[in-house]
Amino acid sequence: MPETIDPIYITAHTATSALGHGLAEHLEVLRMERSGLRENDFSREPLTCAIGRVIGLEQRPLPEAYAAYECRNNRLAWLGIEADGFLDQARAAIGRYGADRVALLVATSTSSIGATEEAYARLEDGHFPENLRRSPIHTPHSLGIFLEHALGTRGPCLTTATACSSSAKIFATAERMIRLGIVDAAILAGVDSLCGSVLFGFNSLELVAPEPCRPFDVRRRGISIGEAAGFALVEREVSKTSPKLIGWGESSDAHHMSTPHPEGLGARLALEGALTRAGIAATDVDYINLHGTATTKNDEVEAGVVSAAFNARTRASSTKGWSGHTLGAAGILESVICLLVMEHGLIPGTLNCEQPDPVCGPQLALRNESADVRIALTNSFGFGGSNCTLAFACGGRS
Amino acid sequence: MSMSALDIRIEGIGFWAPGWPNWQAARAGLRGDLQADPAVIKPSPDVLVAAERRRAPLAVLLACDVAAQACADSGRNADTLASVFASTHGDLVITDYMCSTLAIAPRELSPIKFHNSVHNAPAGYWTIAAHCHAASTSISSWHSTFAVALFEAAVQANADQLPVLLAAYDADSPSPLNEVSPASSIYGVAMVVAPARDHEASLRLRFNAPVRPSASMHLPRAFADMAGSNPMAAQSLPLLAALASARPHILQLNAGLQSTLGIEVCT
Repeated sequence: MPETIDPIYITAHTATSALGHGLAEHLEVLRMERSGLRENDFSREPLTCAIGRVIGLEQRPLPEAYAAYECRNNRLAWLGIEADGFLDQARAAIGRYGADRVALLVATSTSSIGATEEAYARLEDGHFPENLRRSPIHTPHSLGIFLEHALGTRGPCLTTATACSSSAKIFATAERMIRLGIVDAAILAGVDSLCGSVLFGFNSLELVAPEPCRPFDVRRRGISIGEAAGFALVEREVSKTSPKLIGWGESSDAHHMSTPHPEGLGARLALEGALTRAGIAATDVDYINLHGTATTKNDEVEAGVVSAAFNARTRASSTKGWSGHTLGAAGILESVICLLVMEHGLIPGTLNCEQPDPVCGPQLALRNESADVRIALTNSFGFGGSNCTLAFACGGRS
Repeated sequence: MSMSALDIRIEGIGFWAPGWPNWQAARAGLRGDLQADPAVIKPSPDVLVAAERRRAPLAVLLACDVAAQACADSGRNADTLASVFASTHGDLVITDYMCSTLAIAPRELSPIKFHNSVHNAPAGYWTIAAHCHAASTSISSWHSTFAVALFEAAVQANADQLPVLLAAYDADSPSPLNEVSPASSIYGVAMVVAPARDHEASLRLRFNAPVRPSASMHLPRAFADMAGSNPMAAQSLPLLAALASARPHILQLNAGLQSTLGIEVCT
């Protein structure tokens, strides 16, 4: 059994997704119960489905100094990092602690493979076109190379790429490094952008819904793919007003590459790890942001785990009806949503869910509710059976 | 400001490269005592069931082979070990398949190749084969992947006081991807590392600390060729050469755009 951990403090955070640019736009769209999903207009021969697209990336090239890293995913990262003054706060932390004492932990599932896809579509005599012959954008660490250059951190810098659990797991990585005194702070970034690989890839597995995704609804037909950039600055230093990460749990299903363990064994182990490290019981949890992708299997298994482990007082919902499934960015986007939930007492409903699957427990919130939320969890599960649950507590309380 | 040192004990090592099927052979080769075995051309890990050994991508075979070797060498049960899988570029053969299919016939993409395209595919196959429910991560840090992955494994081992399996590998890179991500051979190394107190440490790791590296070790021709043709070989062979020599040694590896990892080999 893992031991209880000391919390780490989240002193800045932001998100950019189909809901909008920054925290205020996310809160507004959540309050309005207005989906950010739209008809797929992404690729040249688009599949019939909905997507969660960040508008305007095409008109926002990277600053000249970063031209070597130009690609959709890094554009989305740069758009996202400038929201809510995050870039300034990250740079201030680097100045305060020293570049050596700040880790840069990034997460993505497909990184900038969109640029590699484009190179293959425009091969010249079998070679990459000149303007895409740039090594840093054709490798999984593209996002990390770009941000490490732009921010100038000198602490450990790595990309975690465990599919859809990626950007939840970097919170655990940060907590371990801070606990051991390796660094005093970590800048966390989760960025995934629309690309052919994920649209046609999930389509090949028959996991893409033809209409906007309907998490936990009996008629759900699969995911809607979205894109997002989420950022968090985490620090060891006690700050009474900041929300905090109080627990995390990671596990492997050891079952199948692309379907969850039928009894949710890995999901249960991740949940138990998070509760144990936080030193809390399931009854202490006020809200859970579910993985809730709207695939038949994920929602069935996750609903079973939640209804067995929690009583009716705990509220739970999936926000993928707003954002789509933002894959490697989902963990941090939904962590940011948990922080909004705790700050504003707004529990988002499960948008597009009208007839909940009978396996769902009484925890599932269908429409928005208001409540005092002190402890919130988020679930992230990925291909390869990679699971992560995070536990957050609001600021000003123990 | 320098960071505190992380001490780890290496409990087991796995190795695979063409001609060199395990660490015992590679260690002898690095000492100049053994030649490559030309019959060793493809990894074939027993840990995978026969059907998967036939179908699984080369990167998966490579990672599972070295991971299983390191576990066996350590005497630890594979089903309880947390793991860190690391690759510079991931599976470029699948990246090439995905991108060329998307360019021609996107609706014909293979679902199995798609789920094999995730960076954590080898970790997924490994945890399934080993019946392991422990935490597993899959990382990259470009040309610093090995140093950063070793450091991350050491962080995990010390944070939770548990042994951790590290598997680092790169498969080869097909054309035209090899113009931007060159790799013309396949290579994998794995270690089981555990937290260590002063006197039992095999390695002492320091991030960005000023260290005075020992004179670099001579790599026999076969290993110099590996380092020239595979990014993970280039990143990890300096440490493996020091371990093979079984003499105290200090190395400094690139660990980021402006960062280094100091490694004191204490054996």
